[in-house]
Amino acid sequence: MLVLNILVAGLLTGAIYGLMALGLSVIFGVIRVVNFAHGEMMVAGMYVAIELNARWGVDPLLALPLVAAALFAVGYLLQRGLINRLIDRPQHSQFLVLLAISILFTSSTLMIFGPDARNAQVGYAFDSYELGGLLLDKVRVLAAGGAVVGVAALWAFFTRTRTGKAIRACADNQLGAQVVGLDVKRLYAVTFGLGAACVGAAGCLLLLFVDVQPYLASDYTLLAFIIVILGGLGSMPGALLGGVLVGVSEALAGFFIDPSLKSMFSFGLLILVLLVRPQGLLGRPA
Amino acid sequence: MSAPRARIALALLVAALLALPLIASNYIVSVMVLVLFAAYLGQAWNIMMGYVGLLSIGHALYVGLGAYTAAALFVHYGLPPWLGMVAGMAVASLAGTVIGALSFRFGLTGVYFALLTIAFAEFTRILFDHFGWVGASSGLFLPVKNLTHADFLNLRGPPAMFYYLMLALVAAALLLSRALIRGRIGFYWQAIREDQDAAEALGINSFRYKLAAVALSAAMTAIAGAIQAFYYNNLYPSSVFAIGNSVELMAAPIVGGLGTLGGPLVGAILLTVLGETLTSLTAGIHIDGLKQWSYGAVLLAIVVLRPGGIWPWLSERLGLAAREPKP
Repeated sequence: MLVLNILVAGLLTGAIYGLMALGLSVIFGVIRVVNFAHGEMMVAGMYVAIELNARWGVDPLLALPLVAAALFAVGYLLQRGLINRLIDRPQHSQFLVLLAISILFTSSTLMIFGPDARNAQVGYAFDSYELGGLLLDKVRVLAAGGAVVGVAALWAFFTRTRTGKAIRACADNQLGAQVVGLDVKRLYAVTFGLGAACVGAAGCLLLLFVDVQPYLASDYTLLAFIIVILGGLGSMPGALLGGVLVGVSEALAGFFIDPSLKSMFSFGLLILVLLVRPQGLLGRPA
Repeated sequence: MSAPRARIALALLVAALLALPLIASNYIVSVMVLVLFAAYLGQAWNIMMGYVGLLSIGHALYVGLGAYTAAALFVHYGLPPWLGMVAGMAVASLAGTVIGALSFRFGLTGVYFALLTIAFAEFTRILFDHFGWVGASSGLFLPVKNLTHADFLNLRGPPAMFYYLMLALVAAALLLSRALIRGRIGFYWQAIREDQDAAEALGINSFRYKLAAVALSAAMTAIAGAIQAFYYNNLYPSSVFAIGNSVELMAAPIVGGLGTLGGPLVGAILLTVLGETLTSLTAGIHIDGLKQWSYGAVLLAIVVLRPGGIWPWLSERLGLAAREPKP
């Protein structure tokens, strides 16, 4: 029963990881740029939510729309003002640009909010539901529910709205999209904004049950990479599957072996998948 | 570099570099040691990325393997540093060969190869965090002694000794790179970089030559790792194998100019001096993160404004008539 509890907790955490990685996957899938500042953006958003929580007692779930909107704006402007110009650059050059951006994010967070680990206070932090012997933390259930809502909203956006369909057209065939008159640069900016909003939302959800620290940002970036590679770069269902896999493997490794070894198992999983199926579990072959 | 101006400039530079420890303060010498480490590591990394087009974001792995092998053999068995260094080169080279063979067999390229290199480096970092024989996460320490006079055989001595050692290594790496890039293997590498299928069609065994580049780059990197171990006298997995180390290592050659001989050196000087200047400028103002922020901003500006690197642009401005192979 204990193992089952741990499995479920891992599954719930995994749903949030999925939303976080989805942002990275969407950006890569459409713009073909690897966002090396992904975790850094999330941590910056988390600190905004924490500040709201500390000053006015705002629940991170209520801060979520605000943080997501702010990160959307940041992502949109970043793509519009800078990354759009670098689309044709070789990979290593883009990599260094995004890396410099990630340094700017981490150091700005550090300058504004300080280096201390912080967490958000919510009244229901220790509540839990009991379900036939299964014990579920209320915070995890709420957070996972939020992640599912976020993913569903994104899914609806990409399949139901004109802008969403236009973005998918850009991803499928950039030249074709230009030929039929789509404003590719604007759509790219919207995409980057959406990716950033996703990770911002995931950050607010994670905040319900984790502490945050500026230096943890790069760990989250790596975590997001692992997840999208597992699932398949650019695949939406893949990001979710990868998130759940990593969530569960972290929970099990943390319980059976050693919490500090948990990310080694994630990296091991990544190496295995890269070698056996480099396009990821649900990705299309290049 | 055949222009007469370039030769004179080179001769002056060499003379200045050789005389530096005699006139400069200890601080300057230790900053120059950092520059030389960065320049040397940049040359080693450049063998893979600049010449063959293999982007490795996990080179800290080879630094760490070289450092830990040499240091652990010294601490546990009293093996002289130079022998430990050779062992470290072998270990790093083997690791590189395994990673390379796996990736090339399975056809991993571009982003996927780069991410695999990160994955192996991080995997090893966490592994070493739990590897008791080398001190796990609490670190591995070498006894500190004999800092005034240079004991070259045991790699013990003042910064000036490490300065000359690294200077020699940078020169050796430069000459080796030059010989390789002008030789048969260099042309094969560039052919593979530009178009692997075409290279294969001409009968170049790309698998073998790519593997050779990884093994050589890893072994060269491990040398610096071993020397760093004896220079700093302490090793922690979280700092040696850190991804930040890999990134720092590749920033110099990219900023300086990828695939050029002078690039890693120019980039190393620029970035190290920038880092040190920012440290002293921000020392008075106690704001956490200000230094990193300025570093990030300058890095961003350089990469956005000079995509080909500083060195090709600079050498043209100075009339040093770069006859170097362009990337």
